Amino acid sequence: MRLLRIVPDNTRFKFVWFRRVSYPLSAAYSILVLVLFLTVGLNFGIDFKGGTLIEMQAKSGAIDIAQIRHTATGLGFGEAEVQEFGAGGEVSMRFGMQPGGEAAQQAVVVRAREAFASNYDFRRVETVGPRVSGELVQAGTLGVVLAIVGVLIYLWFRFEMPLALGAIIGTLHDIVLTIGFFLITQLEFNLTSIAAILTIVGYSLNETVVVFDRTRELLRRYKTMPIAELLDLSVNSTLSRTAMTATTTFLSLLALVLFGGTAIQGFALVMLFGVVVCTYSAMFISTPVLLYMDVRSAGAREEAQEAARAKASAAKAKA
Amino acid sequence: MLRLQARKVILVLLVLIIGCGLAVPNLFSPETRKAIEQNAPSWIPRAFLPIHAVVLGLDLQGGSHVLLEIDRAELVRSQVTQLRDDVRRILRDERVSFQGGIQTTARGVQIRVPDQAERQRVLPKLRELAQPIGTLGAFGPSGNQSIAITDQPDGLIQLSVTEAGSNERIRRAVEQAMEVLRRRVDALGTTEPNIQRQGLDRILVQVPGLQDPQRLKQILGDTAKLEFRLVGEANSADVDMLPSQDAGGQPVPVARQPVVDGADLIDAQPAFDSRSGQPIVNFRFNIRGAQRFGQITTENLGRPLAIVLDNKVISSPVIQSPITGGSGQISGNFTVEQVNNLAILLRAGALPAKMTIVEERTVGPGLGADSIRAGKMATLIATVLVVIYMLATYGIFGLIASVALLVHVGLIFGLMSFLGATMTLPGIAGIVLTIGTAVDSNVLIYERMREEEHQGRSLVSALEAGFQRAFATIIDSNVTMLIAAVALFSLGSGPVRGFAVVFILGILTTVITAVTLTRMLIAVWYRWARPKHLPF
Repeated sequence: MRLLRIVPDNTRFKFVWFRRVSYPLSAAYSILVLVLFLTVGLNFGIDFKGGTLIEMQAKSGAIDIAQIRHTATGLGFGEAEVQEFGAGGEVSMRFGMQPGGEAAQQAVVVRAREAFASNYDFRRVETVGPRVSGELVQAGTLGVVLAIVGVLIYLWFRFEMPLALGAIIGTLHDIVLTIGFFLITQLEFNLTSIAAILTIVGYSLNETVVVFDRTRELLRRYKTMPIAELLDLSVNSTLSRTAMTATTTFLSLLALVLFGGTAIQGFALVMLFGVVVCTYSAMFISTPVLLYMDVRSAGAREEAQEAARAKASAAKAKA
Repeated sequence: MLRLQARKVILVLLVLIIGCGLAVPNLFSPETRKAIEQNAPSWIPRAFLPIHAVVLGLDLQGGSHVLLEIDRAELVRSQVTQLRDDVRRILRDERVSFQGGIQTTARGVQIRVPDQAERQRVLPKLRELAQPIGTLGAFGPSGNQSIAITDQPDGLIQLSVTEAGSNERIRRAVEQAMEVLRRRVDALGTTEPNIQRQGLDRILVQVPGLQDPQRLKQILGDTAKLEFRLVGEANSADVDMLPSQDAGGQPVPVARQPVVDGADLIDAQPAFDSRSGQPIVNFRFNIRGAQRFGQITTENLGRPLAIVLDNKVISSPVIQSPITGGSGQISGNFTVEQVNNLAILLRAGALPAKMTIVEERTVGPGLGADSIRAGKMATLIATVLVVIYMLATYGIFGLIASVALLVHVGLIFGLMSFLGATMTLPGIAGIVLTIGTAVDSNVLIYERMREEEHQGRSLVSALEAGFQRAFATIIDSNVTMLIAAVALFSLGSGPVRGFAVVFILGILTTVITAVTLTRMLIAVWYRWARPKHLPF
C-alpha cells in the first residue's frame, strides 16, 4: 500500500529568501492591526468591559429578533446588543455596564427575567461588575507577559540569546496577527480569548523550537556553511514534521469548530487561525530573523564552553 | 533500545493500565457510582473504589457562580465608631478634661488634652486599646498593632485604625460571613454547594444544578440585620432617622440602641396571620432575648416599637401588652416568597457587613447538557480524523501512534479523576486540541527515523537515532508549551483554569506515552515483523 506523503523528500525551498515577501507583508498587516486597534477597537466581552450577558432560548422555538431588541432596549439599561445564534432559536443579549457601581448591574438581570422569563428559557446569565472586570484585564495582560518572559528565560538557557530572541519575535508576531483576527472578525474578546492567545503562544514556540533545535544541531555539524543556506536546510529538513503536526492539529480544531457547539466556536476559530499563523511564522518570520543576528559566534561560544567543561571533567577524571 | 526488558515492560504497562483505569468510573452514571459506593464491603477504603470521576464544572452541569465582596468601608467605619466609644469611656472614667470634643478623622479619632499630667495618666489607658495582630511567632507577636497612637507636645492625641487592624477585622468578618452564607445556601436544599474565600475581602459561592438562581442571589445579598428599636423623639440626639415602609419611605425617628437584635433569635418560620391572612414570619427568642423583650415591652406599654431590617423600618406596631413568652411575629405587606426568604435569612443570622455581588455566572442545565453532547461529538470526530490521517501516513507506525493517542486521552481522564480536577467547557476544547498535538512527539520521532534511514543508516540504527535525537526536541518544544500553560493556570479562574489543567496534563502524558509506550510497541513490531526498512 502506498502511504500518504504531503511533503516530498529533500525539499530545497528558499525560505530565507521569502522574507523579502513575508516581512513587508507582515509589516503591512501589523500596521493595519494598529490602525484597526485604534479606530475600530476590540469587541470586548463583559469579562473586560463589565456588564451583563444573557443567552436565552425561545420556548416555542421561534423568535422575533426585532421584538426582543425593542423590549430589551425598552428596559431602560441603554442600547442592548441582541444577536441570534445557533439553530434552535437561541438569542444573546448584551447590556453595557450600568452607572452606579456593583449593585446596579444586578438590576439588569432582574428586569430582563421579568420581561422574558415567560416566553424564553434563560440558558446563561453573566454579570461582571466594574471592579472584577478591571482585575481581569490586569490578570490577562500579566499572564501573557509572564508567559513570554518565562519562555524567554528558558530559551536563553537552552539556546543562547539570538535564537531565543528569534523565537520571541515570531511569537509576538503571532500575537499581533491573532489580535488582528479579533479586530477583523469582531469576535468577542473575553477571558477564553486570553486562553486562546496563550495557547497560540505555546504552539508558536513549539513550532519555532523544533526548527531551531535543528538549526543548533546543523550549526555544530556544518561550521562553514553560509547562514542563509543553513537556515533553509533547518526548515526544509523539519518541513515534513511541520506539515504533519499542523495538519493533525488543524483537523482536530476543525472538528471542534464544526461540532463543538456554539459556546466554544469562537475559541476554536481563533485557535484554527493561530495554527496557520504559527506554522507560517516559524518558517517565514522567526527563522529568517536569525540572519540579522550573530548566530554563529553565539553557537561557537556555547561550544567552547562545552569543550572547556569536557576538558575540566577529563582532567578531574585523570586526577 | 529494541531489547525488551521484562521488568521495564511490566512496569510501564502497569503504570499505563492503572492510569487509564482511573478513568473507568467516568463511564458509569452517577447513580451507578453511588450504588457501588453503598454496596461495596466496608473494609475496602473508599479511595480504592471505582467511584472517583471527573468533576463537571458549573458550565457543564449547570449552576450558579456568585462572587460577593464585603463592604470594607463599612467595616472601617464601624471600627472607628467603636474606637470613639472606647475613647469616650476612658476619658470619662479617668475624668480627663479635653478641648473641642472627640473629633472623627478618616480612619480614627483625635482629642486634645492640654494638661500634661492628665495626658500622662490617660495615655497608657488609651494604649491598652491597641491589640497585637497576627499569630504569635517564636519572638512574640508579629509587632503589628490594631491601633496606632501618636501624641504631640501641644496635647493632640491621635488614634487611628492601622492597615493591619482593619485587615484583621475584614478577615474575621469574611470568616463569619462564610458561616452565615453556608447556612443560608444549605437552607435552599441544594447539593454540594462550594463556598470559599477569595483574596482578603471576597467570598465565592458556587451552587450546582440550581432551578432558581434569582432566589439564590436574593438570599446571598441581603445583610438581614434585624433589630427591635423603640420609636423616639424626632429632634433627640440619640435617635436615627430611618426610612419606614409603613409611611411610604418617610423617615421615622428610632432609638439608636436596639432593644434586642437578630442575634438573639433561635427560630423563624414563615406563616400566615390568623386574622388578616397576610404572610408573616413567626420568631422565637432565646432566654436572654425573651427576658429583655419582656422587660422592655412591660416598661413601654402603649409606645410604638419599630421592627428594623437592614436599617429600614418594616413596621412599628404599638405595644398592646407585655410580650413575655419570647415569641412574636413580623408583618409588613410581605409576599409569600418574601416571608420564605426572610425566615431563612433570620434563621441563618445576619452578615457582619453589607455584601455586594460583584460577579455572577449562571448556566442553565440545558446549555450544560448541550455542551457536553457537542464536546463528545467533537472529541470523537477529531480522534477519528487524526487516526485516519496517521494510519494513511505512517501505516503500522500510525497504528502505534494511535494507540499512544488513545492511552494519552485515557491518562488525561484518569489523572483528572484521581486529582479530583474539574472538567469545564474550555477543558473539553483542550482535550480536542491535545488530540491534534499529542501525535507531535510521535511525528518528531518518526520523521527523524526516516531522515536517519535516508542518510544510509541501517534500520536498527535509524530507529535508535530517531528516538535519541528527537528526544531533546520533544523536551524543548514541550517545556515551552508547559510554561505558557502554567502561566494560564496561574492567572485563570474557573473555566479557563479547567482548560489549563487539561493542557498541562496533556503535555505531560504525551511526553510519557511517546518515550515509553511508543518505544515499546516499536520494539515489539521489530521482533515480530523482522523488517528491513521503515514501513513508511
